[in-house]
Amino acid sequence: MNDVFAVSAAPHIKQKISVNSVMWQVVLALTPALLVGIFFFGIQSLFLTIYAVAAAVFTEALIQKFRKVPITVNDGSAVVTGILIAFNINSSSPWWLPVLGSIFAIAVGKQIFGGLGFNIFNPALLGRAFMMASWPTLMTAGWKFTTPMNNLFQSSINGLRNLPSNVPDVVTSATPLGVVKALRDTTQISSDMANTVMDNLTGMNTLQDLFWGNIGGVIGEVSAAALLIGAAYLAWKHIIEWRIPVSYIGTVFVLIYMFGGINGMFSASIMLPIFHILSGGLILGAFFMATDMVTSPVTKKGRLIFGMGCGILTVVIRLIGGYPEGVSYSILLMNIAVPLIDRYTIPKPFGEVKK
Amino acid sequence: MGLKTFPGGIHPHDNKAFSKDKKIEPMPLPKKIVIPLSQHIGAPAKPVVKIGDEVLAGQKIADAGGFVSIPMHSSISGKVAKLAQFNHPTGALVQGIEITGDGEDKWVELVDESNFMELSAKDMKERIAEAGVCGMGGAGFPTHVKLSPPEGKTIDTIILNGVECEPYLTADYRIMLEQAEDILTGLKILMKIVNAKKGVVGIEANKPDAIKLFKNLLKNEKNISVVGLHLKYPQGAEKQLIYAATKRKVPNKGGLPMDVNVVVQNVGTAIAVFEAVRYKKPLVDRVITISGKIVKNPKNIKARIGTYYSDLLEYCGGTTEDISKVISGGPMMGFAIPSLETPMTKGSSGLLLFNKKEAHKDSEDVCLRCARCVDICPMNIIPSFIAHHVRNDDWDSAEKSGVMDCIKCGSCAYVCPSHIKLIQWIDIGKIKVSEKNRSK
Repeated sequence: MNDVFAVSAAPHIKQKISVNSVMWQVVLALTPALLVGIFFFGIQSLFLTIYAVAAAVFTEALIQKFRKVPITVNDGSAVVTGILIAFNINSSSPWWLPVLGSIFAIAVGKQIFGGLGFNIFNPALLGRAFMMASWPTLMTAGWKFTTPMNNLFQSSINGLRNLPSNVPDVVTSATPLGVVKALRDTTQISSDMANTVMDNLTGMNTLQDLFWGNIGGVIGEVSAAALLIGAAYLAWKHIIEWRIPVSYIGTVFVLIYMFGGINGMFSASIMLPIFHILSGGLILGAFFMATDMVTSPVTKKGRLIFGMGCGILTVVIRLIGGYPEGVSYSILLMNIAVPLIDRYTIPKPFGEVKK
Repeated sequence: MGLKTFPGGIHPHDNKAFSKDKKIEPMPLPKKIVIPLSQHIGAPAKPVVKIGDEVLAGQKIADAGGFVSIPMHSSISGKVAKLAQFNHPTGALVQGIEITGDGEDKWVELVDESNFMELSAKDMKERIAEAGVCGMGGAGFPTHVKLSPPEGKTIDTIILNGVECEPYLTADYRIMLEQAEDILTGLKILMKIVNAKKGVVGIEANKPDAIKLFKNLLKNEKNISVVGLHLKYPQGAEKQLIYAATKRKVPNKGGLPMDVNVVVQNVGTAIAVFEAVRYKKPLVDRVITISGKIVKNPKNIKARIGTYYSDLLEYCGGTTEDISKVISGGPMMGFAIPSLETPMTKGSSGLLLFNKKEAHKDSEDVCLRCARCVDICPMNIIPSFIAHHVRNDDWDSAEKSGVMDCIKCGSCAYVCPSHIKLIQWIDIGKIKVSEKNRSK
């Protein structure tokens, strides 16, 4: 008997997991949010998502063919990028907006760097920044509200509609965060009125609507609950890990509680940080974009720093910066810092001798 | 029951059901055996027989090649047939002695001293060294060397490793159930030799009957305790076991258990120690698990050292499917060997047979930086970075990233979605970094 059997380095058993299974599980985790988006904003949302995914997959395949490397579109990573692009636009967008966003995301955000595993920025966020810079009105105006819209929120906005004409942005960007931004920036309304609107926005009714999705917004950010279901699935499967979302959201919570009120430091109710966490893209960003494995730190300590950095930048942009929302730019800015963070947070090996 | 553990680790399916309820069976005498001269860490043994010599079972056929070395004994009676290079369970070719059996099993004279516990520590250690005992958990460090701490180092605790965290393997489990008293006597001998006040037996939670049995036996022992450990791989790795049992951390960069006043021995080694001290019996047999889905009758077999793996498999009725991969040891740290014509050694804890599907070959994908390897690494290093540095021939960075601290448990490669052969890269890194440091 002189059989020659297969030899290889240990270990000889392997967990059933692959790049493909990781990416397709992310797709699965994004599905509840997509379904809620379709439910609230209509079938148009599904079509926009399909355009975005098709454009992302096609662009990836084309460039890989051109680069003469194996075509790996079945790994699902381009599908994830496509879905996230669609999640960042509103349902009344024209068909070409997600298509161009996806093309840019894959071509400039991913393939230029060498493809999956080598990109510095989260491709979908880079795509969003591109759309934001190129078609700002399409990206911020034309929100479709879900029906029946929360009455208190509606009345808050109606109240603001009667404002002097030098605060017109309030209406066009009438997302909850836009309203809060306007309240902070404007000096045209009385502090009583501002306080009333603020109370309405941070009341239980609005928070509940934000949580379940009964509020205006882009396709994917509408329901915190649907996103959290997907995030819980990914956490259970060890595809995302707690450090980045927890440090990100925790930082936002603390900073908004400290500085978010309209009457000076610590003037915010405890509901305001919750309002900030549930509004805008924070849940989507913290659980699905900041946790993008390729563009976030590898070390455990690094992930905490990364999350805190995202949190600080988000709050700075929301409270001081020019936009009502700052999640995507915060994550993109922190993406740049990832190699540096990793370099300075290499852990001490088990049993490291103290010097 | 207050289970203890270490940070990191993974949960592979333990696949012990194939063989865990199979009582230890003695294997019929093999027709021929091969005793490799290197079955341990240290200098190879030096043959003291020549071709044609008649030898008895238990007769010394090779002397220890130095202090960090062990002698070798024939495990059957017969005639020395060859001195040549033979397959070794690590996959290498190693000098060995082939003995053709006479089928009679004639032994050298053994003793039976009922007052063996009164022997001096020095005499006990001599008997252990003379019997060629080395660690039977896998690495094979000569036992008498472990029991000889240098001047100034004291040992206060002996830990017996009954964790057996490798999937499939059940040999240690069976000896704990069937030879518990011998194991405990061995532990007492070890404690006496180094003057340790405490003895600990570490057993993983998936062997509750073994934990219960030892707790019962130790009811009236003040100095010896059983520690139940979480079911987690690599719970049986030396540094991880010491931490779980004592909260002490063995210093990295070449630190040894004795630096934290501990010596760890495998439960099988404890039996060999007992037999060496009481009967002067050399280490010529051990229990080995033969397992795998395709093995007709998976078994725990007590076999003579030097028995060919092919003979062991034949005794288990062969396989039900074509064999694609043969693993000597456990599936996480064992060696895939090209041929069954390989003799078992003192460190052979298992023989696993995999079919084509189980021997799947994955090609490496790019690293996603997912950090799953970072999250589970029991040594708290960054396997993916080390692999990256090794790929780039950047030995300095590999060393700084802790390549020498890696215990090669394989957990990182187990969880990697990109199927990167992390242990292979790290192994190359270890070799290159030590070469670099030697040439300095």
